[in-house]
Amino acid sequence: MSRSTPLREVHEGLGATLTDFAGWQMPLRYGSESAEHNAVRTAAGLFDLSHMGEIHVTGPQAGEALDYALVGHLSVLEPGRARYTMIVTEDGGVLDDLIVYRLAPEDFMVVANASNYARVAQELTERAKPYDAQVEDRSDAYALVAIQGPNSTAILGKLTDADLDGLKYYAGLPGTVAGFEVMIARTGYTGEDGFELFARPEDAAGLWNALTEAGAELGLRPCGLSARDTLRLEAGMPLYGNELTAEMTPFDAGLGRVVKFDKPGDFVGKAALSGRPAPERRLVGLVARGRRVPRHGYPVTREGEVVGVVTSGAPSQTLGKPIAMAYVSADALDKGGLTVDIRGSQEPVDVVDLPFYRRSK
Amino acid sequence: MSSIPEELSYTKEHEWIAGVEDGLTVTVGVTAFAAEQLGDVVFVQVPEVGSTVEAGDAVGEVESTKSVSDIYAPIGGEIVETNQAVVDDPSLVNSDPYGEGWLFRVRIEGEPEELLSAAEYATLTSGES
Repeated sequence: MSRSTPLREVHEGLGATLTDFAGWQMPLRYGSESAEHNAVRTAAGLFDLSHMGEIHVTGPQAGEALDYALVGHLSVLEPGRARYTMIVTEDGGVLDDLIVYRLAPEDFMVVANASNYARVAQELTERAKPYDAQVEDRSDAYALVAIQGPNSTAILGKLTDADLDGLKYYAGLPGTVAGFEVMIARTGYTGEDGFELFARPEDAAGLWNALTEAGAELGLRPCGLSARDTLRLEAGMPLYGNELTAEMTPFDAGLGRVVKFDKPGDFVGKAALSGRPAPERRLVGLVARGRRVPRHGYPVTREGEVVGVVTSGAPSQTLGKPIAMAYVSADALDKGGLTVDIRGSQEPVDVVDLPFYRRSK
Repeated sequence: MSSIPEELSYTKEHEWIAGVEDGLTVTVGVTAFAAEQLGDVVFVQVPEVGSTVEAGDAVGEVESTKSVSDIYAPIGGEIVETNQAVVDDPSLVNSDPYGEGWLFRVRIEGEPEELLSAAEYATLTSGES
């Protein structure tokens, strides 16, 4: 039985097509997903992300516990700031990618993916045992609404006195939006400027409606998971389950920079990640020359031989061509001439640097 | 509830067929239900004019942001015309699936696949949506 977010009725009222995602009934799209995608690139989009998990790690040694449990150096994070990081197994395989907010000196909030947060909470609990720190899965205590796109600041600014201009990327502060107490974070998964608002579940509908009203004259549209996926793909951001899995290390995904070997003490996965051989495959961007779309799971080929696999692919609204992320052998990348096996026919693709899209500041 | 015109015939693969009764040439497209399930259609591949197809053959594809579906020939015969407008502007499948979004025409040479009436197709889709 799928779970519903506090905004289920709001989505139904908007005529959303709902889909099961990680055990949650989530809006796939409200109308045209292309229009939703374009709204985020040119105006603003509103997303329900209440399926995400929020795990609090608190106490005098909360920072040290996270330094041991995660690959990042969280104890040096300033209160009010956030960091992108990962949790890995002893073998170095990625269990989830995370954003960690330091809300107060002894209060960290770990935001995990819907499909993984139960496991993440369990691992954090186990790994924090030697420390003077408490781990609590408070996912049910939060609704999460994101407003993303160039008009986000103007829309949110109508509803809050919080200092949005002073709020840096990857920072968060408590504030009041339309009378509701929330945590305002300047984060996102779209490649645009924007905010994520952590609210009480009972306030979610009121917050959503206030944002909808404030954004009406500024092009705000509700956006579903379909647009969220194409937006993050254009922005070259990994999706757990596609680009990131327990069979891959952060280095395999080209995200080795999140692993902080120079932090003090041991951390889970350190030994395995230190001794790792150079990855044989690299995560790259592909742009198709034709109009057929390379999709998740399709083989990347070269002269008839399989040299990699597509992890995510979609038609790109912004580029006007099909794009994909794929793991491809370093050897084949050096030689070039790659194709993707699209249901039996070898379609030529060009390798490009990620991201596919970068907003102009 | 998406529209299901009374005068058309349908397949289980969510295609509509017009002109079955005159027995000469039929026009084929995808239903409004299919278009809604697909989402925004971004690419349509139609069969080649002049090619001969058997009922049930995969003859083309319709690709949307999230997925791709084969198009099947609902009836055997020769492809006599394809809709260049929908190739150039695939969103016609979403905006006008029973009109401007038609896909191809077949000169009938065989018996059709088992076709559904509008009422039967409505029953089929009510269980899937």
